[in-house]
Amino acid sequence: MIIARVVGNIVATQKEQTHEGKKILLVQPLDLDNQPAGDVFVALDAVGAGVGDRVLAVQEGFSAMTSVGHVESPIDAAVIGVIDLVELA
Amino acid sequence: MYLGKVIGRVVCTVKDEGLHARTMLLVRRLPNGPAVVAIDAVGAGAGETVYVCRGREAAFAFKPQEVPTEATVVAIVDRIEREGDQL
Repeated sequence: MIIARVVGNIVATQKEQTHEGKKILLVQPLDLDNQPAGDVFVALDAVGAGVGDRVLAVQEGFSAMTSVGHVESPIDAAVIGVIDLVELA
Repeated sequence: MYLGKVIGRVVCTVKDEGLHARTMLLVRRLPNGPAVVAIDAVGAGAGETVYVCRGREAAFAFKPQEVPTEATVVAIVDRIEREGDQL
């Protein structure tokens, strides 16, 4: 899992049926200083996250499909948590 | 998944039978990524912004048929709303 920020909503009328009814988010990976680190990607929302939220995201199929509730579907990334706090030791 | 722009298509006469009658699109990862070949699942065409599913999951768009793809175009993007403004 990675720490990331939701930076956009994607609107797509024509899409794969397992993506219907899901929020489609544009997500920017962050480093531990909350600075952008790496390329933005597209993830389905499993928790009701919105633009500006710092979130927990997965970029692997099984976890993404499971969180969204569609097994064996073309989903390779999902937002699975909204981060309240990151505590560094 | 990642955002891409359809910049063309690829035609193969000789190919795996699982690719028969499938449209192979050439997709440039946005903003400045590499061009990859992705199988179309939604009827996308040149010039359209799309997003692409990659990996083993890409083939699930065509189940129960087994399509040997590692990248599938799974949606056509109408618009992107970012921090209040639209791209």
